[in-house]
Amino acid sequence: MSTTAEGPSFEQPGHFEFTAENLERANAHIAKYPTGRQASAVLPLLYIAQEQSGGWLPRAAMDHVAGLLEMAPIRVYEVATFYTMFNLRPIGRYLLQACTTTPCWLRGSDAVVEACERKLGIGLGGTTADGLFTLVEVECLGACVNAPILQINDDFYEDLDGPTTEALLDAFRGGKPPVPGSVIGRQGSEPVTGCTTLLEPSEDPSIRHSREGGESRASGVRSGSPGAPLPRG
Amino acid sequence: MPKLTIDGSEVEVPAGYTILQACEHAGIEVAHFCYHERLAIAGNCRMCLVEVEKSPKPIASCAMPATDGMVVLTGSAKAVKARKGVMEFLLINHPLDCPICDQGGECDLQDQAMAYGFDRGRFEENKRAVRDKDFGPLVETHMNRCIHCTRCIRFLTEIAGVQELGATGRGEDMEITTYIERALGSELSANIIDLCPVGALTSKPYAFVARPWELAKTESIDVTDAVGSNIRVDSRGPQVLRVLPRANEAVNEEWISDKTRYAIDGLVRRRLDRPYIGRERKREAEWSEAIELIAERLKRVPGERIAAIAGDLCDAEAMFALKEFFTGLGAASFDCRQDGAKLDPRCRAGYLFGTMIAGIENADACLLIGTNPRWEAPLVNARLRKRYLRGGFRIAAIGPALDLTFQVEMLGNDGNVLNAMTADHRWATVLRKAKNPMIVIGQGALSRADGARVLGTARRIAESCGLIRDDWNGFNILHDAAARVGGLDLSFVPGPRGLDTSGIVAACKSGAIEVLYLLGADEIDTSDLGAAFVIYQGHHGDRGAGRADVILPGAAYTEKDGTYVNTEGRVQMARRAVFPPGEAREDWKIIRALSGASGRPLPFEELRGLRRQMWEKHPILAQADVVTRAAWGPFGEAGPVDAGPFEYPITDFYRTDPISRASPTMARCSELFVNGRQQAPARTGTDG
Repeated sequence: MSTTAEGPSFEQPGHFEFTAENLERANAHIAKYPTGRQASAVLPLLYIAQEQSGGWLPRAAMDHVAGLLEMAPIRVYEVATFYTMFNLRPIGRYLLQACTTTPCWLRGSDAVVEACERKLGIGLGGTTADGLFTLVEVECLGACVNAPILQINDDFYEDLDGPTTEALLDAFRGGKPPVPGSVIGRQGSEPVTGCTTLLEPSEDPSIRHSREGGESRASGVRSGSPGAPLPRG
Repeated sequence: MPKLTIDGSEVEVPAGYTILQACEHAGIEVAHFCYHERLAIAGNCRMCLVEVEKSPKPIASCAMPATDGMVVLTGSAKAVKARKGVMEFLLINHPLDCPICDQGGECDLQDQAMAYGFDRGRFEENKRAVRDKDFGPLVETHMNRCIHCTRCIRFLTEIAGVQELGATGRGEDMEITTYIERALGSELSANIIDLCPVGALTSKPYAFVARPWELAKTESIDVTDAVGSNIRVDSRGPQVLRVLPRANEAVNEEWISDKTRYAIDGLVRRRLDRPYIGRERKREAEWSEAIELIAERLKRVPGERIAAIAGDLCDAEAMFALKEFFTGLGAASFDCRQDGAKLDPRCRAGYLFGTMIAGIENADACLLIGTNPRWEAPLVNARLRKRYLRGGFRIAAIGPALDLTFQVEMLGNDGNVLNAMTADHRWATVLRKAKNPMIVIGQGALSRADGARVLGTARRIAESCGLIRDDWNGFNILHDAAARVGGLDLSFVPGPRGLDTSGIVAACKSGAIEVLYLLGADEIDTSDLGAAFVIYQGHHGDRGAGRADVILPGAAYTEKDGTYVNTEGRVQMARRAVFPPGEAREDWKIIRALSGASGRPLPFEELRGLRRQMWEKHPILAQADVVTRAAWGPFGEAGPVDAGPFEYPITDFYRTDPISRASPTMARCSELFVNGRQQAPARTGTDG
């Protein structure tokens, strides 16, 4: 995994402590479990710690969580290294996770990865010199119907191909992240060629047609990540 | 009691047994790597697959409980095929480096590959490569060979009680590591080398030294502490190459401490291999010359002006011979308590670990008095931890702060706390209410000036808190010297008008003692022994030899047949694995020769004769491997204990005796773990 602690050296911060606000969130998670079973809260706490540290988990943060949960530090390292969603080395402001599992691959994920690599001048696992982007390859993100997918931080961008990926990266670099969801404008997982059924509003008044709701286009396929989007920068 | 059929024969096993245990119960061996009877079940190697009727898939027998009516087939075509498949997967990433692997010849993977391996690999991709880890000066790692059985992790977590090792990453990226690259901080760490079923964890000091089939194996007893761990000494020619544990449920289970295992490289360094004469300028001498010189001296000195001190590694035979010889000369000043512990030889129950090591598992409350079992007896500490993990076991300690790998209530470091135990201290109530309470008194508490009163107070606690019953003995003295209980059993203590250790040292200074015989005694203060004629008989050029006027080279514990009595009072026989180096001789023979030259020959010619006499005079030593409960009686002194703080007797676990002090491996451990220099300097091939 490209975001493990292996690889070129980098600086580990010497100290980490939860902010008062995050400590409160952490304690809320700890309180869910019976006394003596605090270790169960390790995953949410690590996630909060990763959020606070700018998207990656320094060792000091893992040690802090271990202390808070009265776990041996090695037990926390085991958990943090097991799950690929914990990054153990610093990452760019935008973490690009390109899905290359079979459905995305069949639908052209190679072009998406290639576009990222060409546009950013980095390989898989690399971070751009300006610290803006980190590109990694991931397994199935669970949005195969809208393949290929690129997850950028907490949001999914779908139905990509080479040019649209480049445009997407340009938009991020320009500081104007586009609305998440399908880049070809389809809603949810409706057919690419347009809807063929349920074209008329239902006559049953209890069923509300989503087009009437005026919700944002991507509401049906928001990513399922826990917590708020990562504050960055 | 479930009844099941294994390979056609019906067996009945205790409830809670797994299929694998049931198979072993029925005498059928099932191949396995990760399963170990003393560790938690992990079930991750999959080697123990068996076929169970009505089950669609093969079952990992180590993790499946045996139930009534099960029909198990361990050797069916399906089971064997499944195991062959597992073996092929295990070998995918395992390097084919058996010819250069230290585990070769005693490797579970090698052995089982003979039974289940395929004759060629079908995996055409590259094998994975894993960086080797630095686990400190004892454990060498070859991580490419690891099959991830996690035995090492489970041992350190459960039994050693140091949570430092873990499995990071997942799938193909899984690695056994400390993650932050540090040496394993446990006195039992090297046991993971024995547990490792492959060559991933091997012995660093023993690396590339020998093959198992070259070694002569001798079953013996360890002397680096008073536990009397059962060991196997592996030697080739004149040298002991390694020490491995032998299973003994009552003593060390199947573990040994790192000192037991690795102090042996001290056996070939700083050895006394021939007699020496001279105090300041020592010169090599012949045996006859040295013996005559001593005999001459002894003839001129009256009995009351000679004394003998026995060291911590002495065998009972040597102490018995010396005591007989010197008593014949009229001497009364003997002592085997180099540290000045006020142990009372009058009552055997007053100097034994009465609960016994295995008995700890039946206790439910424990009070430690001035003892740090983690360093004084790591395997006793492992038993305490084992009992602690089962729950319902309260432990408290009087003494300086401790880290015993389990929770200990610190009651303070003050003699007054001990005094309060005989009155209304809340822990006195805990002991009184406990079903099987125990107290452990360390040598640190007994070697205080008021040690005799500490002992007396402990006796009062034992009597008033119900520690002494017909069915339970909760009074324990924890010794740290292998020879101590044997010496006390032989009454190697001052006779009428005799002097004890400190008295002897003072009398040497004042001139009241003219001849001092140090039988391997290195822990006494030899800086000012006045003009006394000092004879040192021992195996290492340590503190005692430095001051000696005559040095008689003796045999270390691996070089003689000897009797040792452990802290429980268990009599065990150590056996000779190699011959003493050079001119050195077995200790009792030296004393026998000396007695002959002095004109008072001891009445035995061979070891058997010596033992027969020893057993006649001290029948307790005749019962090997049996512990008989000693009768309770008066010992210690009455009166309150002084208020001062306690001190633990061992300040450096890795360097406690002449052998371990001569050991470079122990020196490295001491540097790293005791002096806290975690980062060992990088060494190159030409360094040292």
